[in-house]
Amino acid sequence: MTDGKHVDGNALAGPLSEVFDFDVTSASARCASCGDTTELARAMVYEKPHSFIVRCSHCDAVLMVILQKTDATELDLRGTAWLRAPR
Amino acid sequence: MAVISRGFTGRRREPGPDLPPGQFLTRDFPVLSAGPTPEVDTADWQFSIRTDDATLHTWSWDEMMALPIETVDTDIHCVTRWSKLGTTWRGVSLDTLFADVETTDEFVMAHSYGGYTTNLPLEDLLDGKAWLAFEFDGEPLEPEHGGPVRLLVPHLYFWKSAKWIRGLEMQQQDEPGFWEQNGYHTYGDPWREERYS
Amino acid sequence: MAATVSKTSYATPSGRVIELDVPHWPGNLAGQHLDVRLTSEDGYQAARSYSIASVGSGLVELAVDRIPDGEVSPYLTMDIMPGDQLEVRGPLGGWFVWREGATEPVQLIGGGSGVVPLMAMMRQHAAAASAVPFRLLYSARTDDDAFYAKEIDDLAGPALDVTWIYTRKGPGSWTGPIGRLTRETLAAAVIPAAENPAVFVCGPTPFVEAVASWLVELGHDPARVKTERFGGA
Repeated sequence: MTDGKHVDGNALAGPLSEVFDFDVTSASARCASCGDTTELARAMVYEKPHSFIVRCSHCDAVLMVILQKTDATELDLRGTAWLRAPR
Repeated sequence: MAVISRGFTGRRREPGPDLPPGQFLTRDFPVLSAGPTPEVDTADWQFSIRTDDATLHTWSWDEMMALPIETVDTDIHCVTRWSKLGTTWRGVSLDTLFADVETTDEFVMAHSYGGYTTNLPLEDLLDGKAWLAFEFDGEPLEPEHGGPVRLLVPHLYFWKSAKWIRGLEMQQQDEPGFWEQNGYHTYGDPWREERYS
Repeated sequence: MAATVSKTSYATPSGRVIELDVPHWPGNLAGQHLDVRLTSEDGYQAARSYSIASVGSGLVELAVDRIPDGEVSPYLTMDIMPGDQLEVRGPLGGWFVWREGATEPVQLIGGGSGVVPLMAMMRQHAAAASAVPFRLLYSARTDDDAFYAKEIDDLAGPALDVTWIYTRKGPGSWTGPIGRLTRETLAAAVIPAAENPAVFVCGPTPFVEAVASWLVELGHDPARVKTERFGGA
């Protein structure tokens, strides 16, 4: 089920710097579908024009969608059950 | 304020009568994916149309192949700005599949293996405008391009041509699908540049 | 932030090293990246992430490989000139980084231009005269395509063990094998799992996936293997 078209969660550092003031790549997230908890840097990121689709590297479920609109960045977090940002 | 980068134009956009605004021509067939490629065996593949009264019309691979098959020559336009002219597909017209389907609903949600959905008006799928396609340029459709079977609705941006199609669900209202909830335009006409909402 | 191109040079036939002057650059850790955004005169924009080859403050060095069908990399590798302006955001990412105080041995594995963030780590390691064991496994298509080949050769020594993999052609003096990295070559070249190295893998997605799964098969703790895939374009 891999297709070589995704990058790592490292790529989220820039886009999510507009939403969070911590480094998201070092943050951990729990997948709402399978419960796997790991650093966001390890998530699978599919980059689309104007959006990033972030998937759990364990079960492929969508963890979050980042939408880059002209006037705002929108974050759909419904697939993320929990987030931990290291100080 | 944006910094203008001297001499940067993005990809060449060559105007032409067959090219919608903002598109560029490609000879490749780029793959735009939002997740892992589902692997669907034709032996397990099934396509269904579900109407509002929960009637289910289903076709197996063999049943679909027994229907009249059409060759479709068409241009395709991706929202990421590439267009590919003169592509050849083989598939079954949605008119054929809808022949025995009774419905008063005017909208459709297309469902794919892998969980994607995209919404379309029913009228955009009928009258020779849409197909279930399983062959591209004389070869079986590859999984990364949506094989074994994808929806082909070439007059709309190509995300509406749902890859790995497994069914259509009739709906009363034009509810947004996965792509449309995630910022893509609800209709997606390339000639009016309906890219993003 | 507006960055000004200060200097460019061809590093390989298709790759270019670009030095940027970024006012108020706060300095970066080894392994971090930045986002570059290009805007055309008609307002069209395209953004990409690039790893940073330099460490700390001063000029910010990128090394970009041209992807023939790409949109941003052909511009960066062929069109830009000193004095041109780019919009950048960074430094970004605090996960795929090596920090000077870390004491565990470090295994770096790069494919193609994936060596760029690893270069920052090797430079910092050398600048600090760190005693932490460093090893690099670098897979390039040919010796001409290898980024920073001379600098890596100069750094190689007791503090940095270097293994080259050439998939198509090696330098004239090369007597080693030609061909893709295999699990056996990887096993022989990398710091054994028993020594608990921190492993950084960067390269094209298929390379990274193959390497990461072999490392786990060879007993490396997945939590100690950090990867950075690049999509390119």
